[in-house]
Amino acid sequence: MTLRPVLLGVCTALLLGSSAYAQTKLTIATVNNGDMIRMQKLTDDFTSKNPGVTLDWVTMEENVLRQKVTTDIATKGGQYDIMTIGTYEVPIWAKQDWLVPLDNLGDNYDVDDLLPAIRGGLSLDGKLYAAPFYGESSMVMYRKDLFEKAGLEMPDAPTWDFIGEAARKITDKDNEVYGVCLRGKAGWGENMAFLTAMSNSFGARWFDDKWQPQFNSDEWKATLTTYIDLMNDAGPPGASSNGFNENLALFQSGKCGMWIDATVAASFVTNPKDSTVADQVGFALAPDNGLGKRGNWLWAWSLAIPAGSQKQEAAEKFIAWATSKTYAELVASKEGWANVPPGTRKSLYDNPKYQEAASFAKMTLESINAADPNNPTVDPVPYVGVQFVAIPEFQGIGTAVGQQFSAALAGNVTPEQALQNAQQLTEREMTKGGYIK
Amino acid sequence: MARAVSTKQKLVYTVIGWTVGLLIFFPILWTILTSFKTEGEAIASPPSFVLFDWTLENYAEVQVRSDYFKHVMNSIIISFGSTFIGLLIAIPAAWAMAFSPTKRTKDILMWMLSTKMLPPVGVLVPIYLIYRDGGLLDTQIGLIIVLTMINLPIIVWMLFTYFKDIPSDILEAARMDGASLRKEIIHVLIPMAIPGIASTLLLNVILAWNEAFWTLNLTAADAAPLTAFIASYSSPEGLFWAKLSAASTLAIAPILVLGWFSQKQLVRGLTFGAVK
Repeated sequence: MTLRPVLLGVCTALLLGSSAYAQTKLTIATVNNGDMIRMQKLTDDFTSKNPGVTLDWVTMEENVLRQKVTTDIATKGGQYDIMTIGTYEVPIWAKQDWLVPLDNLGDNYDVDDLLPAIRGGLSLDGKLYAAPFYGESSMVMYRKDLFEKAGLEMPDAPTWDFIGEAARKITDKDNEVYGVCLRGKAGWGENMAFLTAMSNSFGARWFDDKWQPQFNSDEWKATLTTYIDLMNDAGPPGASSNGFNENLALFQSGKCGMWIDATVAASFVTNPKDSTVADQVGFALAPDNGLGKRGNWLWAWSLAIPAGSQKQEAAEKFIAWATSKTYAELVASKEGWANVPPGTRKSLYDNPKYQEAASFAKMTLESINAADPNNPTVDPVPYVGVQFVAIPEFQGIGTAVGQQFSAALAGNVTPEQALQNAQQLTEREMTKGGYIK
Repeated sequence: MARAVSTKQKLVYTVIGWTVGLLIFFPILWTILTSFKTEGEAIASPPSFVLFDWTLENYAEVQVRSDYFKHVMNSIIISFGSTFIGLLIAIPAAWAMAFSPTKRTKDILMWMLSTKMLPPVGVLVPIYLIYRDGGLLDTQIGLIIVLTMINLPIIVWMLFTYFKDIPSDILEAARMDGASLRKEIIHVLIPMAIPGIASTLLLNVILAWNEAFWTLNLTAADAAPLTAFIASYSSPEGLFWAKLSAASTLAIAPILVLGWFSQKQLVRGLTFGAVK
């Protein structure tokens, strides 16, 4: 008699257990930017279409995320089924066979709709290893009112000479208005993202085709002296500790005439809730020097599947959903076209509703198209990447060189000395890494 | 004989005490105030102290974005679990070192402390591999083990210092009365060292609560404590100070309350044996 409830209990437990087993739980590591947070809120759409799949989110700040996912993938830890990684990681990890090629994204995915520059940055030997969720480049954001007051007109595609001239003319240090705000904080993703992209437009490069560092070249000297002279004449005080957020705060409070930085900033500086100059912002392409390369970068946060994942089929389904045209329409229907993740698909920029909602759309697209990660410099180079060099050693080298350039901006060393130090330390690390025989 | 303190001196000491106290507390106060500002006000220069539009929107946003209570539970289980296990191991160890020292005791103590001098990142990959193979990644038990190991040297050192001040004659008397080793530790030593044990416990709970290297690197979704919760609110591209402040206020609130209620024990324990 007493056995019956026990048996019933066991059966119920088994049933519950087996139904739990039938569920596929995907653990997704992601960066905490606005577009990703929005995606988390919209995932009911995916889970209702795929009832057997549940999602577990691990949302992290960029640097913490990078450390965690790199440790996990390098040790084949298998903690994550989907990772959010950037254009820096994809070519390196794909080469190591750490990522699963994405060749089952479905018939409706339309992989040819992806912007060629972005697709190129996420592919190796013609195979796509990560699907872009949102892409960005860099461009000039400027204050239309200050330009008008100074009698200047910003061209769509300015040169560095014009930027320098305009910045000096706008600067009014007594009233805390500075002609140009640029990154100065040391770091491979901070000042070196800006300076590497800038150096491309000056004809400089990190390495020649034999992996010899090129900081002793005239082009690098011209890049660094132009940057430091410009910042000394027309930049804000303490610029050597300014990164994206510090410059954003300066620009939003009306203290910068121009700011050259990520295209994602456009939506922040034009938002009247946070920005005091929201209605006065204009956009232009990043400057050039007439050498055929502009000083803008290219980055895409993308979704990839680590080779250690046991749930690759479900993971690929999710990636196809999150980076599809249908997802763009879902965001538009819930939050408006201006909030659709930018910079990944041609169809978005062909869409008149998007063009109308996002005033910065044209400039963002042109900036992205102006960057070519596989051919980033005037002279040929053996590496991939516009504002970085896609080799594992670059994070360390880039930050060390960034410290030298930040010190030069602060006036602690001369630009010549900083370049010499950068040359020496890069040579040492590249020899240690086996690139220089 | 107690020294007479004049009213003027008292006033000076009080003012100095309050000034130092407020200076130390100011960053926490600023975090709490910022958590009630909008993102725009949080970065405004010059900043406003209290005359701003107070808002709860950051707390609402944090509630929507993260499962706060799951993180709190993980933090409580991990920090108390690791401290209790640490105490279980450290009390007998400290007893042995304080009351039956050998000529190697000092060396062992120094060796234990030396393990704290290694940068944790140096052993991240080996530990990650061991945890991967042992199925301990992203588990509470995995974090309890690693935090116990990390804090054990401090627990042993603190308890050793407290135990050393207890006269060994008392323990000897208990032994003469026929107390076994277990009884001697549980019924004689521990009651006498309660203030020291309490402050060790509190300090180690705080250390484990704030530990942000292993708790971030060995967890993903299931066992992530409050450190991971905070880490999801800063951002290199975008304004985040107000939301980060709200998340930080929520993360420190439980430990702040615990510290407030146990400050007497904490101070008594930390100064225990300081004045001979």
